Amino acid sequence: MSTEHTATGLIGAPIRRVEDPVLVTGKGCYVDDIHLPGMLHLAVLLSPHPHAKIVSIDTSAARAIPGVRSVLTGADISERVNIPAPMVVPGMKIPPHPPLARGAVHAAGTPVAAVVAQSRALAQDAANAIEVEYESLPAVTDAEKALEPGAPLARTELDNNVCFLSTKTNGDVEKAFAQADHICRMHIASPRLVAMAIEPRGAVAKPEPAGDLTMWLSTQAPHRARADLATALGFPEHRIRVIAPDVGGGFGSKGPLYREYVLAAYLALKLGRPVKWIATRSEDFVGVIQGRDQAMTSELALKKDGTMLGLKARVVANLGAYLYANTTTPTQRMMGMAPGCYQIQNVHVEVAAVFTNTVPTGPYRGAGRPEAVLNIERLVDKAARELGIDPLEIRRKNFIRPEQFPYRTGVNVEYDSGDYEKSLSEALRLSDYQELIRYRDEARERGELVGVGVSTFVEPSGGAGFESGTVRVERSGEFTILTGSSSHGQGHETVYAQVAAEKLRVSMDQVAIRHGDTLAIQQGVGTFASRSAVTGGGAMVIAIDRVVEKARRIAGHLLEAAAEDIVQADGGFAVAGVPGKAVTWRQLAAAAYGGRLPRGMEPGLQETAFFDPKRDAWAFGSHVALVRIDRETGRLAIEKLVLVDDCGVILNPLIVEGQIHGGLAQALGEILGEHMIFGDEGEVLTGSLMNYAVPRASDMPPLIVGETVTPNPFNPLGVKGVGEAATNGAPAVVANAVMDALAPLGIDHIDMPYTAPKLWAAIREAEAKRKG
Amino acid sequence: MSGKMERVTVPINVTVNGVKHEAEVEPRLLLVYFLREHLGLTGTHVGCDTSQCGACTIHMNGRAVKSCTVLAVQADGVKITTIEGLAPEGTLHPVQEGFREKHGLQCGYCTPGMIMTAVHLLETNSSPTEEEIRHALEGNLCRCTGYIHIVEAIQWAAQRMRSSHVSS
Ligand code: FES
Ligand code: FES
Repeated sequence: MSTEHTATGLIGAPIRRVEDPVLVTGKGCYVDDIHLPGMLHLAVLLSPHPHAKIVSIDTSAARAIPGVRSVLTGADISERVNIPAPMVVPGMKIPPHPPLARGAVHAAGTPVAAVVAQSRALAQDAANAIEVEYESLPAVTDAEKALEPGAPLARTELDNNVCFLSTKTNGDVEKAFAQADHICRMHIASPRLVAMAIEPRGAVAKPEPAGDLTMWLSTQAPHRARADLATALGFPEHRIRVIAPDVGGGFGSKGPLYREYVLAAYLALKLGRPVKWIATRSEDFVGVIQGRDQAMTSELALKKDGTMLGLKARVVANLGAYLYANTTTPTQRMMGMAPGCYQIQNVHVEVAAVFTNTVPTGPYRGAGRPEAVLNIERLVDKAARELGIDPLEIRRKNFIRPEQFPYRTGVNVEYDSGDYEKSLSEALRLSDYQELIRYRDEARERGELVGVGVSTFVEPSGGAGFESGTVRVERSGEFTILTGSSSHGQGHETVYAQVAAEKLRVSMDQVAIRHGDTLAIQQGVGTFASRSAVTGGGAMVIAIDRVVEKARRIAGHLLEAAAEDIVQADGGFAVAGVPGKAVTWRQLAAAAYGGRLPRGMEPGLQETAFFDPKRDAWAFGSHVALVRIDRETGRLAIEKLVLVDDCGVILNPLIVEGQIHGGLAQALGEILGEHMIFGDEGEVLTGSLMNYAVPRASDMPPLIVGETVTPNPFNPLGVKGVGEAATNGAPAVVANAVMDALAPLGIDHIDMPYTAPKLWAAIREAEAKRKG
Repeated sequence: MSGKMERVTVPINVTVNGVKHEAEVEPRLLLVYFLREHLGLTGTHVGCDTSQCGACTIHMNGRAVKSCTVLAVQADGVKITTIEGLAPEGTLHPVQEGFREKHGLQCGYCTPGMIMTAVHLLETNSSPTEEEIRHALEGNLCRCTGYIHIVEAIQWAAQRMRSSHVSS
C-alpha cells in the first residue's frame, strides 16, 4: 500500500515523485522539444579569441546561403541593448555587456554574429561562413596576476582590472593578532568549474499577434528572466511571458539571462517569426557562467591551546570578462561565511573582484560557500597540525555552542540555530573514527599514504528576498497551488504537494502544483541557493493558513457554529465535539463561489502570500573522509566518506538523499579532476567533455549518509536548505584527508583538483627533497 | 563556401517502435535529429557534441547505441526502439518503474538514455553486480543524482525482471 493517498504523515515520508511517470517515458518537454509552426533557427558565431579587436566582419557568404533569413553583428543592435547587471557593491564597475560584441571581444566564447535560417543545420553552416578578422590584444586570465602592476587590461575601457573591493571588519583584529601565540598562514585556490547541466541552454522566442512576446527558456528563474529581458530590450515587461518548461538541471548556471536568449527574442520580434536557439555542449563550455575560481590568502591567530583569536582573509575572485546579474553572488557568499562554525569575533575579510579575459563566472552549486568552507576548514586543520593539537579538539574548542544561538558572527550575520558538536559526534560515530585512525596509522607505518580528514561547516540557504505562493481552491474542492519557485529536478511537484496535502488534510492527488510560467504565476523569484523549501515552502504554507482561516469561517457559517468551534478534519472541517457535523472542501468551495458566505465576506477561496525570511537558514554538517594515495601513480582513492547533514525538518528523505548524492558527485568532480583551464594566452584548453572530467558512475566512493535534525525557528516549516550540502563540505573534507595522507612527506598544501599527475609530481618532489 | 548548395537527400526505411517509416534525409543528418525532428520522438535527448553523455541512447536491432554517433542513413533497414516505445502506452517497463521507485532521476534529462542503457544491460545480464552496473553506465552522464539511486533503480528492476521471469 503506498502512503500517497493518506492525508497525514505526508511531511517527512519518502514519497515517490509525482514528476516521474512523465519523465521516465520520454514525455517530458524541454525547450528543444518545442516545435512551433513557421519556426526559424538561430546560430551564434562565438569568438575563439580571449581578447581581440574586431577589425572586420564579412557576412556576405552567409547571407548568400539560401534559407538564411537574417544575419546580425554587434553594429546592427542598439548600444542600449545590454545584459543587465545590478550595482551589488556601491561604485562597482559595470562595463557594457552587449548580446553581440561591439568592436572587441574580451573572452573566448563571446558572441560575434547571429544567423537565423530555416533549419538548425543551415543556420550553423551560415554562421561558419562568416569571416571575422581579429587583431589580438594581450590577455590576462589569472585573477591574482590581473592585479599585478602592468598586467594587461581585461576590459580596455577601464583603467585597471578591479571591478570592486569590499571589506568586512569586526572587533579588534590587530590586537587579536598581536596577542596571538601562533599565526597560521595559508594560500588556497579553488579550481574553476563548469556546471554542466546535461541539458544545454536553450530558448524559443515567439512574437504574439498583438505585439506580445512569449519565451520558453531553460531557466531557473522565469520571473527574473522576464524582468531582465524587458530591461535588456527596452520591451514592456507586462507584455512578456516567460515559460520554464522541463529544465534539465541548472545548479546555478541557468540563473542568468544569456546573450543568446536576448538575441532569440530580438530576432523573433524583428522577423515576426518564432526563433529557436539551442546551445551545443561546446557552446555551453564557453557560454555558461562558470563556478569557483577564488584564491584565498588567510591568517588565523591562535593561542597555544588552539583558541582562535582572529581571522584575516583576502579573497581574489575571478569574475571573467563580463557581468551577469548574479556574477558577484559568490563573492558575497564567501564573505558572509568566512569564520565558518567557529567563535571568531575579530575578523577582517576583503574581496577583490577582478575582471579577466575568461568566461564570466557566477553561482555554481555552492556559489562561494565551497570556497569559504575549504578556506576555513583547511586553515583550521593546518593550524592544528602546526600547534600539535588534534583536529577534533581544535574544532570542539572553538565551535559556536548550541546555547549561543541565534549567534551573530564576526562578519555580522546571524546564524539561526545549530549543534555542531552533535553533528561532528554523529559523523565520527558513523565513520568509526577511532578505527579509521588506527587503520591510517598502521598503513603509515608500512609507508603507505593514507589520510583521515574531518570538516564541520555551515551552509546558508534561502536568501535573495521573497518567494510567493498562491493556493486556489477550485469549484470542485480540489487545489491548484502556484509557486514562484520553479523546478529543474528538485521535485517541487512532489514536495510541495506533500506539505500542502498534509496541511489541508486532503490526499496528494487533490493538489496540483504549478510553476514556471509568468502568465499563470504571481510574481516570483526562482529556484537557487537551496531556497525552495525555505522560502517557497514558507510562502505556500502562509497562503495555506490563510485559505484554511477563510474556509473555517465559511464552515462556521454553513454549520451554524462559531468559527472557534470549527476544526480541520480529513477532507474539510467539522464542529469540534459534534460527530457528523462536517463540511467538505467541495461544499466550502460551492459556498465561496456561490454566494453562501458570512455577511461582508468577499467571494472566492484563494489566497496569495509573499514570504521573505529576511535571513538565511543556516544548515550545517560534518563530513569524515578516509583516502589513500598510490605512492607510485599518485592516484587518489576515497575509501570511505561519511556525510552528516542537518537541514532542519526533513520533508522528503528520498529527495534530501538525492540532493546530497548529486551534490557529492559534483564535489567529487572538483576533488578528482574537473578544472576549466585557460592557457597563458587565454585560450580555452578544456572546452569539451573530452578534456573536462565529469564524474561517471564508477567514480562514486563508498558513502554513508547520516543526519541530525535541528529545526529552524525562523520559517513556517522549520526547514533549511540541503541542495548544496555536499558540494560545500566534501571538497574540504577530502582536502583535509589528502593533506593528512601527504603530511609524512612534509607536503602541507596542494590545490584541487587532485589529479594523479599532480599528486605524483608533488610526491616525487617531496621524496627528492628528503633524500637530497 | 558560398552560393547555392545542392541539398541531396537519400531515401531510408526504418522501423521505429514497431512503426515503419520511409523518409528522405540529408546524408549528414544524425539519427538523433531524425528521431527528434522528423518523427517527433523527443524523448531521446541531446546533451553533448562529442558522443560522451549518452542522453541520446536508443536501441538499434536490440543493442544500446548513442544515436548522435549514427547517421540517419545508417539506420536504413534497422529496427529502432526509443524510450517512447519501451513499454505499451500507460504501462512502465520494470526499469522505468525502478527509476521511479528508487528516485533514480531528478531533472530527467539523462534519464531516457540511462534507461535504454540499463534495459540493454539487463537483457544481456539478468543479475549484474553493482560493479557491472556502474561499468555499463560508463557512457552515460548524470549531473543530478550522483548515480547512487540509478544503480539502486537498476538493481530493483533486475530483481523485478528475474522474479517475473520465474513466475511466468
Ligand atoms: S548526445 Fe549523444 S552522447 Fe551526448
Ligand atoms: S537526472 Fe538530471 S542529469 Fe540525470
